[in-house]
Amino acid sequence: MIAEFGLVALWLAAALAGLQLMAGALGLTSRGEGLAGIVRPVAVVQGVLCLASFLALIVLFCQTDLSVKLVAMNSHSAKPFIYKLAGAWGNHEGSMLLWVTVMGLAGGFVALVEKRLPEPTMLATLAGQAFVSLGFYAFLLLSSNPFERITPVPAEGNGLNPLLQDMGLAFHPPTLYLGYVGLSVAFSFAIGALVTREVGPAFARAMRPWVLGAWIFLTVGITAGSYWAYYELGWGGWWFWDPVENASLMPWLAATALLHSASVLAARNALRAWTVMLGVVAFSMSMVGTFLVRSGILTSVHAFAVDPERGTFILALLAINIGGALTLFALRAATVTEGKRFAIVSREGALVFNNVMLSAILGIVLFGTLYPLVAESMGAKVSVGPPYFNPMGALFFVPMLIVLMVGPLLRWRRDSLARVKAPLLVPVALAIVIAIVLAIWSGIHVLPFIGLVLAGGLAVASVLPLRGRNLRRTPLAVWGMVAAHLGVAVALAGMASETAFSVEKLVAARPGDKTTAGPWTVKLERIEPVAGPNWTALEAKLLASYQGGKPIEIDPQARSFWTPPQQTSESALITRWNGQLYAVLGEEASDGRWQLRLWWKPFVTLIWFGGLLIAFGGLLALFGRVAADVRRIVARDKIAYRRERQGR
Amino acid sequence: MPCAAPKSAVTGAVASNMVSTIKPKHQRLVLLVIALIALIGAGLLAAWGLRSQASYFYVPSDIRADPPDPDRPVRLGGMVEKGSLKTEADGVTISFVVGDGKERVPVRFRGIVPSLFVEGSGVVAEGKLAANGIFIADNLLAKHDEKYVPRELQDMTQHQAEQVVAETR
Repeated sequence: MIAEFGLVALWLAAALAGLQLMAGALGLTSRGEGLAGIVRPVAVVQGVLCLASFLALIVLFCQTDLSVKLVAMNSHSAKPFIYKLAGAWGNHEGSMLLWVTVMGLAGGFVALVEKRLPEPTMLATLAGQAFVSLGFYAFLLLSSNPFERITPVPAEGNGLNPLLQDMGLAFHPPTLYLGYVGLSVAFSFAIGALVTREVGPAFARAMRPWVLGAWIFLTVGITAGSYWAYYELGWGGWWFWDPVENASLMPWLAATALLHSASVLAARNALRAWTVMLGVVAFSMSMVGTFLVRSGILTSVHAFAVDPERGTFILALLAINIGGALTLFALRAATVTEGKRFAIVSREGALVFNNVMLSAILGIVLFGTLYPLVAESMGAKVSVGPPYFNPMGALFFVPMLIVLMVGPLLRWRRDSLARVKAPLLVPVALAIVIAIVLAIWSGIHVLPFIGLVLAGGLAVASVLPLRGRNLRRTPLAVWGMVAAHLGVAVALAGMASETAFSVEKLVAARPGDKTTAGPWTVKLERIEPVAGPNWTALEAKLLASYQGGKPIEIDPQARSFWTPPQQTSESALITRWNGQLYAVLGEEASDGRWQLRLWWKPFVTLIWFGGLLIAFGGLLALFGRVAADVRRIVARDKIAYRRERQGR
Repeated sequence: MPCAAPKSAVTGAVASNMVSTIKPKHQRLVLLVIALIALIGAGLLAAWGLRSQASYFYVPSDIRADPPDPDRPVRLGGMVEKGSLKTEADGVTISFVVGDGKERVPVRFRGIVPSLFVEGSGVVAEGKLAANGIFIADNLLAKHDEKYVPRELQDMTQHQAEQVVAETR
């Protein structure tokens, strides 16, 4: 019953999306004005129906209802409850249902609360949202029905990929999806504004909180994904330039550029066409990412669907949505009037520079990700990795960071570098000191060297916008900007430090043997078998002491899961304020020795703390903006109310 | 944000006079041109970088016919020959032979091998071909499970490496 309920809710939601599109489009014409009133309620109901459908799937997974094909294929009755729950979206159909659910909820939420824009623009926006949703409903219902029954009912399910059985990962996809799909709102706003030719500060102010919200989730999702790859894959790396990682990085880059250009549009009414364009590009990158990840064109732990039909379907959706939006943009761009002028040395100038650099990095990542696919279709097997991405990305990232030190200090419209010279002396001096110390003290490579120097300078420069301000009265948005920029410096410091100072030790040890890795002494006590709910493992008991201090026990494991049969390596970590010890257990060498891999990674945790700080900055800015908007609306309503009473 | 009113005095005349002399239309054009130059530059750089940095996939016959430069990162794919896998005295360095049915390439790898790395199955080794003809691998990709197979290996486990040789030509 529950499966049928979920399917009906989904079909109804799809029908309502069709109605929303029609009513929205007709509502814009003079004849269909009567229909305009139903668009918002329809959008809200559509969101609720999606949610009901998704909840139905979660219930099915929690009950392990094996008569549903998806559950039978991806779950198992012996699985821990939390992973049964996460199993609902740990597969192709479930994750696409999550996608349309987030899209429906976002559209419903916009319909419910967004009152700042002229009504025609909102109609066009909601119609746009419905149009994009319809494509994904079609995809889900026609080629990836999550509620399909299976006969005969199997006695037991197939289980979930053990790599995915991890707490952090259980909530990684929903977080990332909130970000990916949240950007659909920016896309729809851009469409709406283009249709009604209402590209201006009001549009930017209305769009900004939605972009900020999506961007916060993307930031958290990428940070969490990176940490997962770091400790779960057991390779000790935190970013592999894997196409799947790039698929999440590209929308983030576009959304970051969009946030900054939207702030120029909101404050200064400049960069109009560019901001609209970025709104289209950001969600397009989400869709490209989904295509790459879900089409099966890449083989990775994320590619659930190795089905050419589905790939073709998503590709067609991609072509329709992106092609349509770009055509609309081309038709309307000429009618978007020029924005306000500004000098090169100004806040706007710095933000334009930021945007161009971010776009260039986006281009570099996009080319590098797509090139192997194009090459393969022409018969050459190629892989593109860090030797390409690191230097190419740095080429644009480094100038961007340098301008980032100066930009937030500049005034809008026109400024001079002479005015900001004095405060910048501190970060520049610090950067020079770091450079000298590093040059004398350690022979590290060029990129980590630049990274550490810039991180030091940026850390100080990022808090400079607070100087001379009354901190209590400083708007939250400014605090948010400072926190996010500081987060960039912190993450950069972590990345550079990890790259420059990591110590790796690979040994074959007998029980009782001691090994040193950097400041750590690690003793292998013994190896023993252990068992979990759906796995068995060999576990190494290691005693690790930092510079001869009190030993701490850690237990890396080599696990074997039996549904489906698979081996994973569970790393063990000791986190200190100044870094992490990372231990992996390998295989038994023939003569009773065991392979152990140890890393000492100084300050590696800064990478993820920095990521979280960036997201926290976004959260502060979001609260600040929303609170200011609410205050403005309340004040306006009060004035209107008073006027009304006086009029009587 | 110091959103100081723009009319406040601006010290130092470094800031150009663009604000007063250039028409909005022209400024837009200038911005557009700058953005285009940067993006085209990025595109050209990307193309150049890809040509020089992309690591190509080789099977043993390719690597013998046309060896890559010793400092160029490449991927070598093929079958791990039965009986060729040896562990050296340090317990963590292994050597084995990768073959495709025609040619054979010796490979050395220091590290923990993937769990499904066994003799007689497919492997993709990432690394460089040393001048003495031994392939020094920094990373091995093996089949993890049915759901996660390195792309180049998909065909190999079933149809042997000759298929790949035929396919890459």
